[in-house]
Amino acid sequence: MTPNYYIVLSALLFTIGAVGVLVRRNAIVLFMCVELMLNATNLALVTFARVHGNLSGQVMAFFVMVVAAAEVVVGLAIIVTIFRSRRSASVDEASLLKY
Amino acid sequence: MTGLATVMLSVIDSGEQITFWICGSLALIGALGMVLSRKAVHSALWIAMTMINLACLYMAQGALFLGMVQIIVYTGAVMMLFLFVLMLVGVDSSDSVVETIRGQRLAAGLAGLAFALMLIAVVSRVTLGDVGTQGADAVYGGNMQGIAALIFGKYLLAFEVTSALLITAAIGAMILAHREHIEPKKEQKDLSKERFLSGEHPGSLPPPGVYARHNAVDTPALLPDGTLAENSVPASLRARGSIRTVDRALGDEVHELAAGDGSLEGEELR
Repeated sequence: MTPNYYIVLSALLFTIGAVGVLVRRNAIVLFMCVELMLNATNLALVTFARVHGNLSGQVMAFFVMVVAAAEVVVGLAIIVTIFRSRRSASVDEASLLKY
Repeated sequence: MTGLATVMLSVIDSGEQITFWICGSLALIGALGMVLSRKAVHSALWIAMTMINLACLYMAQGALFLGMVQIIVYTGAVMMLFLFVLMLVGVDSSDSVVETIRGQRLAAGLAGLAFALMLIAVVSRVTLGDVGTQGADAVYGGNMQGIAALIFGKYLLAFEVTSALLITAAIGAMILAHREHIEPKKEQKDLSKERFLSGEHPGSLPPPGVYARHNAVDTPALLPDGTLAENSVPASLRARGSIRTVDRALGDEVHELAAGDGSLEGEELR
């Protein structure tokens, strides 16, 4: 089975995640979309590791996972802080700097 | 012998195809469901499904360690964290349907479509080889051993920097989620003072009466002087007026008993 299918699937997942980031308003769902994009790139990295017969791609995917975990922790803490002060998790609500 | 090997290879190949088409389509359905579902909790469950199917795809491509890490770290830890924060923020915080910028959804959909078409067009023009990681695994004696050798050898510095990143993230989350107490924390003493100053009954209310024939919640308890303890019956029953009456004579009997003469006879609860 040619690895192109995996790359196409990865591209589709990445696109769905990107569209979700553009369309959705809830900050937590936005984060889930970002996670989906990271997962899509991980799939591409694993596939490329297989294409080249080299484990470095898998190690890169591992590092992406670690960075994603750290990012989620900080991001969710920020969302909780914003929710505490504004009682809303919508990204449209946080617009104090605009006025 | 080579014939057998090719047959086995073709079987493995078709097995991988089956895995790909099942798990891949499920992953796509999960991703679409995440973007399209209105409630954040549903989105979290959809993306958990996507992640588990991606883990299967990793394993189908020989990345056994990553597949397990994907399940443990992503569906286990990260999605738990998401759900935890969702419960903190409020489960019913569903997205508003109103578009903030007019036509944004259509534009985003078109841009996404164009992006996906571009990526797919690029990928379909490329012929990717299929070396497989079996050779690389065999050098170290297995997938996990190979990844361990790379992480603790070639990528040791990156791995150490990762630890600094994780510690920074943990401290950052603690600082961000920390809330200062504006007023001193209430101790048990303050709480009890507050309770008595409020003027309400400070303890628990008396339980309903327990008699030979009745112990239901509509049976009031008797006070030491023989009167009914009104607050031993639930307020809703009191408001409805459906308090079971206790025979007054019984109170007198109780007094006689307490004085040490006579016996309880004849008089019973109705």
